[in-house]
Amino acid sequence: MKFDTPATTNPIDRLKVIGQPHDRIDGPLKTTGTAHYAYERHDAVPNHVYGYIVPATIAKGRVVNIDTATARRAPGVLAIVTAKEAGPLTKGQYNTAKLLGGPEVQHYHQALAVVVAETFEEARAAAGLVRVDYARSPGAFDLAAAKGRAVKPEDGQPDTAVGDFAGAFASAPVTLDAMYTTPDQSHAMMEPHATIAAWEGDKLTLWTANQMIHWGKGDVAKTLGLPPDNVRLVSPYIGGGFGGKLFVRADAILAALGAKAAGRPVAVALPRPVMFNNTTHRPATIQRIRIGATPDGKITAIGHESWSGDLPGGGPETAVQQTRLLYAGANRMTATRLATLDLPEGNAMRAPGEASGLMALEIAMDEMAEKLKLDPVDFRVRNDTQEDPEKPGRRFSQRNFVQCMRKGAEQFGWSKRSATPGKMRDGAWLVGMGVASAFRNNLVMKSGARVRLGTDGRATVETDMTDIGTGSYTIIAQTAAEMLGLPLSQVSVVLGDSSFPVSSGSGGQWGGNSSTAGVYAACVKLREAIAGALGMDAASAVFDDGKVSAGGRSVPIAEAAKSGEIVAEDSMEYGDLEKTFQQSTFGAHFVEVAVHAATGEIRVRRMLAVCAAGRILNPKSARSQVIGAMTMGVGAALMEDLYVDKRLGFFVNHDLAGYEVPVHADIPHQEVIFLDEADPVSSPMKAKGVGELGLCGVAAAIANAVYNATGVRVRDYPVTLDKLLDRLPTV
Amino acid sequence: MKPFTYEKASSPAQAATAVARERGAKFIAGGTNLLDLMKIEVEAPPHLVDINGLGLDAIAPTDEGGLRVGALVRNTDLAADARIRRDYGLLTRALVAGASGQLRNKATTAGNLLQRTRCPYFYDTHQACNKRLPGSGCAALGGFSRSHAIVGVSNACIAVHPSDMAVAMRALDAAVETVKPDGTTRRIPIADFYKLPGSTPHVENVLAAAELITAVTLPKPVGGTHVYHKVRDRASYAFALVSVAAVLQPDGSGRVALGGVAPMPWRVEAAEANLPKGAKAVTSSLLAGARTTPQNAMKVALVERTLGAVIADAGA
Ligand SMILES: Cc1cc2nc3c(=O)[nH]c(=O)nc-3n(C[C@H](O)[C@H](O)[C@H](O)COP(=O)(O)OP(=O)(O)OC[C@H]3O[C@@H](n4cnc5c(N)ncnc54)[C@H](O)[C@@H]3O)c2cc1C
Ligand code: SF4
Repeated sequence: MKFDTPATTNPIDRLKVIGQPHDRIDGPLKTTGTAHYAYERHDAVPNHVYGYIVPATIAKGRVVNIDTATARRAPGVLAIVTAKEAGPLTKGQYNTAKLLGGPEVQHYHQALAVVVAETFEEARAAAGLVRVDYARSPGAFDLAAAKGRAVKPEDGQPDTAVGDFAGAFASAPVTLDAMYTTPDQSHAMMEPHATIAAWEGDKLTLWTANQMIHWGKGDVAKTLGLPPDNVRLVSPYIGGGFGGKLFVRADAILAALGAKAAGRPVAVALPRPVMFNNTTHRPATIQRIRIGATPDGKITAIGHESWSGDLPGGGPETAVQQTRLLYAGANRMTATRLATLDLPEGNAMRAPGEASGLMALEIAMDEMAEKLKLDPVDFRVRNDTQEDPEKPGRRFSQRNFVQCMRKGAEQFGWSKRSATPGKMRDGAWLVGMGVASAFRNNLVMKSGARVRLGTDGRATVETDMTDIGTGSYTIIAQTAAEMLGLPLSQVSVVLGDSSFPVSSGSGGQWGGNSSTAGVYAACVKLREAIAGALGMDAASAVFDDGKVSAGGRSVPIAEAAKSGEIVAEDSMEYGDLEKTFQQSTFGAHFVEVAVHAATGEIRVRRMLAVCAAGRILNPKSARSQVIGAMTMGVGAALMEDLYVDKRLGFFVNHDLAGYEVPVHADIPHQEVIFLDEADPVSSPMKAKGVGELGLCGVAAAIANAVYNATGVRVRDYPVTLDKLLDRLPTV
Repeated sequence: MKPFTYEKASSPAQAATAVARERGAKFIAGGTNLLDLMKIEVEAPPHLVDINGLGLDAIAPTDEGGLRVGALVRNTDLAADARIRRDYGLLTRALVAGASGQLRNKATTAGNLLQRTRCPYFYDTHQACNKRLPGSGCAALGGFSRSHAIVGVSNACIAVHPSDMAVAMRALDAAVETVKPDGTTRRIPIADFYKLPGSTPHVENVLAAAELITAVTLPKPVGGTHVYHKVRDRASYAFALVSVAAVLQPDGSGRVALGGVAPMPWRVEAAEANLPKGAKAVTSSLLAGARTTPQNAMKVALVERTLGAVIADAGA
């Protein structure tokens, strides 16, 4: 099915099941420990053994010698695979560095070998016995130092320009020109990367944790030189990903190589202390923002430049993205530059681009509002635009940004904020409020599904879509139930298997809308088949209450399948509506913080997000996405920081004690409001993404609240107490 | 993790003898620190002697009017004990500021005193660390040092002792009771228990090989207002950037010990005479001779400001 004109009325609009706050249908499995994650698939692979990876312990150079003799003699050891034993491997399309390194070492903790043994403990002990001698090469590890050598990336649009930015900025009555930095961040999801691999002849099955099954299947095949049809990925439950599991990682490839060498299925999980340098991370940025405005607060010039680094062949953090679309202004420019760094591979982490970009832009907007003596909400509202500022005439399909700001300000009690910083006090604590815009584009991806109507009248949906804790199972079941007029309990959903139709996968907040649109397409086909089987006119048939009705007849849906299951498969593809419409999601984040006047300790007190993100398919799971994202925003604002040892070239704080993410005590009262929207340009579901929107802007709202509390402006994340201390009131 | 053997001790003295028998053998109490370090091969004892179940888990009054806390009393139980809460509130506050509820249920009094530093290079067995591998160098000097020590440091090591409980124990003048393999016992005031790194940062305290801690004693209660202020980036489940333990008396006198600034809980009794003069005066003698790095230099101001807040709190 092709979606190339805006949606009209369809069965989803009934909102009998869709749009209802149903509990997650996988919830009981998760809470009783019966949803088995990749590393726990002993049911599927009863006789597997264990692999443990040997990571490189230099940042750049060559392996001179790798001595596995002692390890091979250790108890329980079945096989050891290094680059030599593995033979030539092709780098996957979505990988920058090789997943099995050697002799060249491209980054710290790049895998150099896998040791396979009967038990986990034996594999781990033997891995400790592998001796590696290196020849180190000098590397570039310091973004600030490499910034001057940064170049225009080959892909994307490294430079954009509209009007005369330089002239307009130079002549603007009120201007801001400031630099901001964001640090490297780690996904730090709960479930480590993990895979069990089993070969049957030259066919390979991987029970793995992967967000994008189809990409994964392709890259496993490419890396190992197999026909894609010989590879099967199974990933029904995923313990969080945040983009860290978009791509095939070392666990999958080394499990496959280990299993081949050992002649047994092999399970490999990345140990937590290795995850931070072995896998991908959100790259650090240095950003420059220039804004010029008239005294009444109309932006006349807006410029955003960003520098980030990556391994050779890698890509930039596209931190300027939102600045092209978020605010009005006739004269604009953005520039994205990429430096070569020999740190581990940078790549997508939740809201790549916007999350980092808004951390800077939304502080800049706060600074600008202050210069203009305008309320920061008002300043943003004044610069709203209903069309793409780079392409006037190309309208946003829907943009209720101003409504988000106004609703949020009212709900939060924004009017109680003191415009002068450092004026609100509660005992030993300085109290402040901050606001920031949330913005993230709505991406749509082709997505397919198969739907079966069983002889018992139950529907089963099969698609390779994944549920990374987001609620995919539930919204897919809701979609099928709505389309077929069945109660939710009559629908089963099976996900995450590459033998199912290819879906959008989970990434870029496209999964919710795209995967359900694919299910919609398959259901439309199934409805036709059912109507046909019942001798009814498909166009006028009504599916409701477990019955199909048309032409004065009404029969239970199960009737249609009484002589055998009916199966329909289709996918939703997208035309070029994006030429006419810009599709984005919007929001406003409001935060109240308290800062200890003596110690500078920062504690968030209240958070509110107002989101305009199309139809909300399930308000409960959508709210969970947004409060999770807000929590991640607290981390980004106040603590998350991969510390780069610029001499040795690695992230030093590579465990969960050193890399701090928020704990319960950091998270106060959180409130989420969804505006009542349905965007017919996005898909027949009229939904958009929320999972990343919820993160966009949060950190800046917190930084702005800290400024409002203390009068100390911090432009380098994370905002920690040491950056406030010398400017706090004397004790 | 390296393979190891395991035995359950039958008495404190037998435990000490068992550890003495095998080079590198260790006691295991709650295991919350030791097992983590064994998994990543920072510690690799060939033999473990389990000291749980030896009856070292009681809290009993001493003849001097204080309390004797068994070495195996769990952090949770110690913090919750009514006598501790009433007379040694500082200790309860320090304990509950540490780790998490689950960890405190396992962690023991002796294990807490002996927990090792959280320096990230100490944890990465492929980096230079004199504490882990004497003579290999110190990667933290010139590297990540934001959480590191500013007093009592040496050119060989700038790691902090991470315990919260020990800071309170130091302010309360606790003493450590031990038994050696030959059955002799001794009592070590906590002021003399820890060692500064000097050129041997792997030696962290005065315990002899195979010497078992049996109890920690607390002297008679000293009254006063007990405040423990632990400063960190996140609200819970993180080690201190700095912490201030104070017992402040109505007459303005008191005791102050610091965490997060030194290789041991840090107390300079002479500095306490300055308490009536305020936080600045106390801090300048407490931290006299501080040797900071660009990343941890802020701890000097942070100590002063935190102490200021603590004094204000106690007065309020
Ligand atoms: C994630 C995490 C966060 C933490 N956060 C904090 C925090 O914020 N603040 C804090 O203070 N602590 C914190 N801790 C540390 C925790 O307090 C210690 O791990 C715990 O107190 C150690 O006690 P244990 O009984 O488990 O010791 P074990 O791990 O059993 O032993 C530790 C050491 O002491 C030796 N030992 C144990 N008992 C004796 C004895 N009786 N005689 C002689 N030697 C003995 C052992 O041989 C071993 O070398 C944290 C720990 C973790 C894992
Ligand atoms: S500070 Fe101490 S523990 Fe840390 S690396 Fe240096 S020697 Fe090792």
